[in-house]
This record gives sequence, structure tokens and C-alpha cells, in this order.
Amino acid sequence: MADLHFGDDQPTNSERTAVDAVVPEIDAATVTETERLVRGGRSRRQGLRHLLLPVLHSLQHEIGWISPGGLNCAAERLGVPPAEAYGVATFYELLRTTDPGHKEDVVHVCVDPTCAIAGNGELRASLEASGARVHASPCLGQCERAPAVFVQGVSRPDRVPADDDEDFRLPQAGDTGLRVLRRTGVVDPTSLDSYRQHGGYQALAQAIDMGPDAVIAAVSESGLSGRGGAAFPTGIKWRAVADEPGPDKHVVANCDESEPGTFKDRIVCEHDPFAVIESMTIAGLATGSPHGWIYIRGEYPRATARLEGAIAQARSAGLLGDDVAGSGQRFDIELRRGAGAYICGEETALFNSIEGFRGEPRNKPPFPTTHGLFSQPTAINNPETLINVLDIVTDGPEAYRSVGTERSPGTRLFCLSGRVAVPGLYEVPFGTPLGNLIEMAGGPVGSLAAVLLGGAAGVFVGPDALDMPLSLEDTREAGATLGSGVVTVFDDTVDMQAVVVRIAEFFRDESCGQCVPCRVGTKRQHEVLVELQSSGKALSPRRSELIDDMALAMVDASICGLGHTAASAVRSALALGLIGNSS
Amino acid sequence: MSGVATETAVTIRVDDQEVAVPEGATILDACNAAGVDTPTICYGPTLTPVNVCRVCVVELDGSRALVPSCSRPAEEGMVVHTDSERVRHSRKMVLEFLATGVDLAQAEEMGQWAEHYGADPDRYVPGGETMNEPVRVQDNLYIRDYDKCVLCYRCVEACGDDAQHTYAISVAGRGFGARISTEFDVTLPDSACVYCGNCVAVCPTNALQFKTEFDLRQAADWRPEDQTVTQTVCSYCGVGCNLELHVQDNQIVKCTSPDDHDVTQGNLCIKGRFGWNYV
Ligand SMILES: Cc1cc2nc3c(=O)[nH]c(=O)nc-3n(C[C@H](O)[C@H](O)[C@H](O)COP(=O)(O)O)c2cc1C
Ligand code: SF4
Ligand code: SF4
Ligand code: SF4
Ligand code: FES
Ligand code: FES
Repeated sequence: MADLHFGDDQPTNSERTAVDAVVPEIDAATVTETERLVRGGRSRRQGLRHLLLPVLHSLQHEIGWISPGGLNCAAERLGVPPAEAYGVATFYELLRTTDPGHKEDVVHVCVDPTCAIAGNGELRASLEASGARVHASPCLGQCERAPAVFVQGVSRPDRVPADDDEDFRLPQAGDTGLRVLRRTGVVDPTSLDSYRQHGGYQALAQAIDMGPDAVIAAVSESGLSGRGGAAFPTGIKWRAVADEPGPDKHVVANCDESEPGTFKDRIVCEHDPFAVIESMTIAGLATGSPHGWIYIRGEYPRATARLEGAIAQARSAGLLGDDVAGSGQRFDIELRRGAGAYICGEETALFNSIEGFRGEPRNKPPFPTTHGLFSQPTAINNPETLINVLDIVTDGPEAYRSVGTERSPGTRLFCLSGRVAVPGLYEVPFGTPLGNLIEMAGGPVGSLAAVLLGGAAGVFVGPDALDMPLSLEDTREAGATLGSGVVTVFDDTVDMQAVVVRIAEFFRDESCGQCVPCRVGTKRQHEVLVELQSSGKALSPRRSELIDDMALAMVDASICGLGHTAASAVRSALALGLIGNSS
Repeated sequence: MSGVATETAVTIRVDDQEVAVPEGATILDACNAAGVDTPTICYGPTLTPVNVCRVCVVELDGSRALVPSCSRPAEEGMVVHTDSERVRHSRKMVLEFLATGVDLAQAEEMGQWAEHYGADPDRYVPGGETMNEPVRVQDNLYIRDYDKCVLCYRCVEACGDDAQHTYAISVAGRGFGARISTEFDVTLPDSACVYCGNCVAVCPTNALQFKTEFDLRQAADWRPEDQTVTQTVCSYCGVGCNLELHVQDNQIVKCTSPDDHDVTQGNLCIKGRFGWNYV
């Protein structure tokens, strides 16, 4: 790389300190020398670049924005061109590159559907009246306690006010049929001893006895599929990574959880963090990957703290490090925080984000199993997927398959919110009818109008779909999806037009902007829906055709899943007649 | 594609033809070999494919979504359709989408493809958001008119990994708000830019323009039909870069270098690219 040019802007002392606070961690960093497949296949050394996002977080936190002097300091220390560092900083919603003119905390108020139903407008108005610096935010992953708020601290820790007075109880607490949520709300999430008393780390010991091949075989036989949205068979993914040669392979836990309506990973990471660490460790040993990473969204301060605490305790106990539990194998975990970008949950965007690049998805193939993080073989999984592995190892695949359906074995977490009596996280066997699940949550409030399955990237179904079994095969057949387990319930008092406009706005705001079909398509789709909303008229055939034309191009020609799904909820709302009729 | 030609060939089917291309070649290479014309925007023969514009997509048997021909390696036995209903639709929509927000008046080739596929940018909601950027005139060498920018990343690649290794510009912002930018949008003279002009050379829409061309266009006196091109070798140093001097009314108005020249691959430095300015 040629010598870099830096402008004249100098950092203040506090900015320099903020950068220093992150960069000395070099020694602890798992990867000190990295190579990246630059889109087509070039590699280049990026020594410290993977510290860019942590450094930007540190600067933002110190003075409330990233100033030209601060950016220069960060870029120079890390050897990153300042233009590229600016490109990265401007990618994230939690990072500011303009001077806010104050040093007060920023109060993020959720504007997504569940919180809108729950009265976020009034909340926002009262916060503003009290002088708070309010910022509209997409779903904050707290839909079960809507309307949601996240406070981004300046020189003070971030916090979630709802965490303060929460006496956590799972709606299903005490249900012995639970698997993934068995310890949640029962175990002390800050104590390794407590985790062990509840059966923790038995699975790791057993996995070490079984050996990598047997573990992967068990995962394959269990039929476990990904819970992050794409439902890819986990065993196949792990096998592929295990078969790749070379010592530098990675296991990533994708805790970015930003699909509107999803809050399961937050609850699991807050209340059973050791289970995430233990199952990641099993994945690391099984695939022969010494490097573990947790990428967690920036709006989850408590889950972050609990995971960090769990990593530290596991490390002290020899359950992470150079010789994991006497296995002779190395596995350790680094945690990285996102900074407000839904797209960074897409696996390849997540890799770019960790590597210190803009969170733009990569074209596939090549796939993460061969070219993942730092272009090295990578097994990336959702935490819910990972935790399932614990029971698969201890109880065996047959026992695992004893619940659920033949083609969707096991249980599934569902995030119920909106107009239900008891919003919250529920675990049920795959194949449970939608209506039964809603009844478990106390039934609908008011007269049921529609259910959004799978979040913004999912589809609306009507009251006639309550019999639909929630399995991968049945939802697929019905043209629906389980996605990340979102079940948002709407009654006939909800303004569905506003809900759909907001979903379109969400995609417009969250598109990374890389590819034309999605960058422009999400924008124009939103404009058409706003026009429809303000006209109060029925959707014209011309506009209907335009919506379909845009949707087809986004599905067919976009780079990633965001573009592929950006029209699905909109079109299902039209098909169900939730919007588009004259009012 | 340079540097990937090997002895082994792969055979793929493009529409009704079987074509053999060297291993490592892309579907686009195969289309070219088959004589099938393919629209491209972000692709450049000397640049690493970024596959972001998606105008070159083709239908590949066995693939659910369409695939970008410019970056997808050809594999033995692939069956590719370049003119199916779905392909025509997505190409049309890409061109239509771009035309709704970007000034493509000087992007001739894109205009021709838009006509070919029947793009109709007028059917969108009136008053929709556009790029809406002022022209950046910050020196006497070249201007940046991001109203014309399709965000093809070509300038970024040319300034960075693919040629210049200066990294003066990057994509900043996100989604429809994404823009090509220096850090904090500082002016070019304040940025890392060394005025090699390689970004200008690769820009497909004239968003990046030599100042001479810009001034002549402002004066409604830009006449490519009256221009002659003279080949010469740059005399500033011993490297031997080929220059193409574009002359209008006995004035040099622009300087390029051939893409296929083995020294430059289309790239120059400030002396070759702009030296004539001082002559
Ligand atoms: C726009 C977008 C956002 C995504 N967000 C997440 C996320 O927050 N968490 C997650 O686990 N997977 C997310 N995914 C899916 C991941 O790309 C990937 O498939 C998943 O992490 C793999 O893990 P699994 O097989 O255990 O589901 C997202 C995908 C897309 C296209
Ligand atoms: S589909 Fe959207 S989010 Fe995905 S790469 Fe393209 S622009 Fe980015
Ligand atoms: S003129 Fe050269 S150095 Fe300047 S921005 Fe363009 S490519 Fe980069
Ligand atoms: S300025 Fe030109 S080369 Fe650069 S992204 Fe825009 S259109 Fe492409
Ligand atoms: S926190 Fe508001 S919708 Fe999820
Ligand atoms: S030319 Fe292939 S995606 Fe742009």
C-alpha cells in the first residue's frame, strides 16, 4: 500500500486516549495479520484494520461523534486510508460524523410496528418535552416490552431503561418440556458455577470424548437447521468447514439480531450466556477452528456485558484458551459490537464489518465455509442454532428428533409481540399450529386482523392461517416463512397502511446501497406506498404493476437477502387486502 | 481477463451456442466469445469485478436468482440464458432505476441499452428523490458532478487497490444516501488525491470530467465529432506510457491511455494525464 495521506486535523487529548484505549489490545487480538479477498480475488494485508470499528465506537462514546481529528488519529494508528475510515464511519447509525453540538446521551426510541402500536408516539413526545435528545430507531429488539428505548451514552455507559426494573420471568418458566430455554430465567447468568449446577459444560466434555467427526455426524443426523432465517442444515455447514485444510478457521455467533420483531437472541444471551459460549466451543473443536467471534448488535449493552463476563470466566476456568478443557485444542472468543446496521446480520456483511470494511454483503459464491471471515473457512451460526447442539450432543440425535416434525425436528423459539395478551419469548415444537402459539401467549387482544410471520423480511398471513403448522415445510408450502421466529399480531384497530409504509421505510433505510435493484428499488417502493397512503384511493393497476416489476427485479438481481425479501411483506399485505383498497 | 489464461478450457452453453473459454474466465468472457453483446456498467476490463450494478445479469440453470456475468466464473457445463424474460426484465429495471435518480444525459451507452430494453423511468412517483448534488469544481484539472454518478465503484477501485493505491475516495453513507466521497467531503486538493486522473478515465457516466471538457460543455462547444486523437509516448519519464491526445481546434482537450496497453492498462500519472495543461 502506498504511503497514506492524512489531513491536518489533529485529535484532542481525549480522542487520542479513546483510540489508545482500543489499539493496545493488539496483543490480545486473535488475528493480527489478516488477508481479505477483495471482491474478485486479490489479497492484501490488513494488520490492524479489524480494530477500526472498536476504535470508532470508542471515539463516538468519548465525545459523542467522530471528528475529523479523531478519525485521522484512528486511521493513522491503524494504517487505514482516511477516506475509507470515513466510508466505514458513515455506514453505521450509532456513529455520527457531524458535530451534534452537545455531549448529552442520545435516546433512541423504536419506531417499528410493535412499538408504534404500543404508543411510541406519546413516549417520544414526553421524552422530547423533558429535553432528551431523541433519535428514531428501527426495532431495538425489545418488542415484548414495547415501546422500547435504548440510551446511547456519551462518556457514560449505554443503557436500556427497561433493564433496571426487570424481574425476568419467562412466560413458560417451569415448563419441563423446554430445551433451548431450559435454563433461561433459572440459572444465574453471571456465574459459571451456577451454569455447571444446571448441567453446563457436560456437553463439551462429551463432545471432546466423542471427537469432531462424531459430533458433526450427530448434528447432521439431528436434522438441525439454522435459526437465523435461512434454515440451512447446520451439519452440512460444519462438515464443510471441518473438511477445509489449514489452521486458521473461524466460528462466528451471529448475535446481530435486527430483524424487526426479533428479541430471542437478546434474551438468550442475557440469561444463558454460558450456553452460547459452550456451544460455540463445541463448534470450534468440531470444525477445527481455533478462532471464535461473537458479533452482537450495539444496542444490547446487558447481553454484551453478560457474554463478556462469561467469556472471562470460561477463560479463567480453562474452558477457553490454548488447551480447552484438557482437549489439547485451542479455542478462544473475541466479541465485536455492531453499530446500528441491520445489514450486518447478513453473514458476509458481518465479516466485512469485523474486518473494518463497510458492511456490504459479498457476492456468493464463494461461500463462508471456504471464504468467510478474513477469507478463511468460517462456520457462522445463530445463537439459537448453537444452543440446540448441547442437547444433540448429550441426548443424541434420536432423542432430539422426538419432538417436532419429520422434516423440521426439534423446537423453535418464537418472539410474540403486538396485540397479544402476554408478549414474550416462547419455545414450542416445530409444527405447532400458529393459533395454538398465539393462545399460549394469552390469545389475541381485540379482533385479529393479521399476523406478520418472519418480521419485515417475512409475510403477512390472515386469520384463516391459524391452523397452519409452524414447520419449515408447511410455511414454505403456504408461501410464508418462519424467518427468525417473529410473530407480530395485529388487530383491526391497527392502521395497516402505516405499518406497511414503515416496513418499506425500514428497507429503504437499511439497504447498504451497494446494488442498484435494492438501493433504488427499496427507495421507489417506499415512495409508491407513501403515495398510496396519502391518496386514500385504491391501488391503481399501473402502480400495482410497478410494485410487481420492482419486486421481481429485487428478488432476481439483488446481491443479498435484504433485497430479495424487501418486497415480500408489502406484496403479501396487498394480496391479503390489508392495504390497497380505497379507504 | 488478464493473467488467468491457462491451457485448460471450460465449455459452457450461452443461449444456443457452446463456447470454450480458459479456466478462470467469467460468464461475461464467454458471452463475448460467443458474440453475445452484454450491457455492463460497473465492470471494467482492468478492474476487479465488484458486481454491484447488476445490469449484466444472466439466467443460470440451477441457480434460483440471476447471476452477475461479469464476476461469476464460467464452470464446465453451465447453461446460461442471456435474453430470457427474466434477464430482460432485470436489465430493464436496473437501467430504469438508475434513470429515475441520476442524470444519464452523457452516458451514451447506457442510454442505448435503456432504449433496447424499453426502460421507462417516467412511470414512477413524481418528485421522487434524486442524487441532487452540486457540481464540485475544486481545481483546474477535473470536476466531479455526482448528479451523474451511478455508484459503480469504478473510480474507487481505480484510486485504490486496482491501480493507484492512493485511496483518496471511498463510498460513504448508506442506501440511497450513499455517495462517493473523500473523508468528510474535504476538497480534492485537501485530500490524498494525486491527480492521476485514473478515476476520470474509468467513469462510465461523465460524472468525473476533465475541466477542459466541462468548460467546453458549459460553453456548448464540446464537439467530439470535430476531435482528432493523436497517439504519442509520454516524455516525462522513462516508463513509456502511451498517451492518446484528444484535440479540438488545435487544443488538447483531454488525455487518455489505451486500456490494453501493457504498461498503463489505461492508467497514467498527473504528468502524463494533465501535463499538457501547462504546456
Ligand atoms: C439482511 C439480513 C440480515 C440477517 N440478520 C441476521 C441476524 O441478525 N442474525 C442471524 O443469525 N442471521 C441473520 N441473517 C442470516 C445470516 O446471513 C446467516 O444465514 C445466519 O447467521 C446463519 O446462521 P444459522 O444457519 O444458524 O441460521 C441475516 C440475513 C440477511 C440477508
Ligand atoms: S441487496 Fe441491498 S443490502 Fe444487499 S447488497 Fe444489495 S443493496 Fe446491499
Ligand atoms: S485523480 Fe487519481 S488519486 Fe485522485 S481521486 Fe482520481 S484516481 Fe484517486
Ligand atoms: S463517479 Fe463515475 S466512476 Fe465513480 S462511482 Fe460515480 S459513476 Fe462510477
Ligand atoms: S423494539 Fe420496537 S418493534 Fe422491536
Ligand atoms: S457489470 Fe456486472 S454487475 Fe455491473
